[in-house]
Amino acid sequence: MSIESAPGENWWTRIAHPGQFVAWSRRLVLPLSIATVLLFALGLWFAFFNSPPDYQMGDTVRIMYVHVPTAWLSQFVYGVMAVSAIGTLVWRHPMADVSMKAAAPLGATFTALALYTGALWGRPTWGTFWEWDGRMTSTLVLLLIYLGIIALWRAFDDQLRAARIVAIFTLVGAVNIPIIKFSVDWWATLHQPASVFRLDGPTMPPSILTPLFIMVFAFTFLFLVLHLIGMHTEVRRRRVASLERRLAQKGAA
Amino acid sequence: MKPFAAIIARDVRLALRSGGDWLTLVLFFVMVGIVVPFAIGPDRELLARLSPGIVWIAAFLSSLLGLDRLFRADHEDGTLLLLRAADLPMSLVVLAKVIAHWLLTALPLIAATPLLAVMLAMDMATFLKAVLSLLVGTPALVALGAVGAAVTVTIRRGGLIAPVLILPLAIPVLIFGVGAISTGPGPDQSGTALLLLAAISLIVAALSPLAAALAINSSED
Amino acid sequence: MIDLGPHAVFIVCAYLGVAAAIAALIGWRLVEARRVSARLAELEAGTPRKGTPT
Repeated sequence: MSIESAPGENWWTRIAHPGQFVAWSRRLVLPLSIATVLLFALGLWFAFFNSPPDYQMGDTVRIMYVHVPTAWLSQFVYGVMAVSAIGTLVWRHPMADVSMKAAAPLGATFTALALYTGALWGRPTWGTFWEWDGRMTSTLVLLLIYLGIIALWRAFDDQLRAARIVAIFTLVGAVNIPIIKFSVDWWATLHQPASVFRLDGPTMPPSILTPLFIMVFAFTFLFLVLHLIGMHTEVRRRRVASLERRLAQKGAA
Repeated sequence: MKPFAAIIARDVRLALRSGGDWLTLVLFFVMVGIVVPFAIGPDRELLARLSPGIVWIAAFLSSLLGLDRLFRADHEDGTLLLLRAADLPMSLVVLAKVIAHWLLTALPLIAATPLLAVMLAMDMATFLKAVLSLLVGTPALVALGAVGAAVTVTIRRGGLIAPVLILPLAIPVLIFGVGAISTGPGPDQSGTALLLLAAISLIVAALSPLAAALAINSSED
Repeated sequence: MIDLGPHAVFIVCAYLGVAAAIAALIGWRLVEARRVSARLAELEAGTPRKGTPT
């Protein structure tokens, strides 16, 4: 982004100051939305009309074009939240709070979608909607963590105080996720020795990889747009809250 | 070291004096074990096979149940604020409280395990392994619980949220805890599981006081 | 419509489900944005009509 080249101090206020952040990032929403729509159109065209059925899985391979991007986002969004959490804790960065809060429901939705499409993919290929294998189980646990974080946000009245607490919990979760993944994998291989399904990236033919990549980008852009809009709304919501508080004080005085 | 021990002693004394909370927890732990046979039937073989899981579920639920008391009372009467002013860093205060909480909530459960072992038709070897795995694993449960309790200490209805937050994070403890007792069919890997459980317990016990202290410090501002 | 083979139901369900969820997300974000902006404009104009905490 062009912001990177701006001098240090200026660059910092431009992302740290809520008003300025909204001012410059607002102009990004429209181009990003257009890019998202174009990517989706292209990706869907490839997914349905310009890619062959897989020789083993047949047409069900087309579910992969929505499954893999949502699964990728389920982890990417947590990464965004964890980085924002560091911003909140280390620099007390006001936009980091806002970013964390706006990302949580998106992450939960994408994780739920990854599970949903995974189940619909699993039924024709493995013969069951749900299999307690390592990958699906750790995605489920991730969803539970997302829901916990959302519940924690909603439990606080004072959102400024909530941010630091949620940030701490988000980082505790980030440290725990690898442990959970490892333990769930260990547990799953214990109970069913052979892995049912492996996604061997590089061996996939380019005819499948092209739509996959386009869809991954489309979903990532979609997340960015929704995240930005959510952040703008959150900034305004805080302004509303402080105005209401001031008004109430005036009324009480 | 002296203030550290003083906090442990204070918490233990307070809990013992204020009545049988810890006894109620033991009762709950045993009751979960008693209720399960009603749910799945009195088949001794089946019960013996499921017993590691049942014991751990009972311990898991009991530790979640007692969570809220870890910091709430001290937060409400201002003790936590005073402790912040003490020379001892907050993370050590949390560690002391975690140790006290473990002595009060986990140790009685482990002492009550023989009761469950008899009722769930465990054999001697399984019983010993269960005690060992509970001894190694419960510190991790309590330490994780401390994070949940610290994060929700200022929320009035935090008692409900803390278990929801902590439950997914505690899944590895449950997996390796049960794994350390029996690993089901196939080659026996309970030794590996016990070592992994010990590793997790150490990591969690080392890191979670830091996180919990951070949460308490930033919510008491 | 192209032929999706014997498992067409699953594919269509997957895409429809994802589309519905994304539409809901977009709608929710837009409604929320509009509501908060309206409230902000109202407050900044200094004529709060409703929802003023007492």
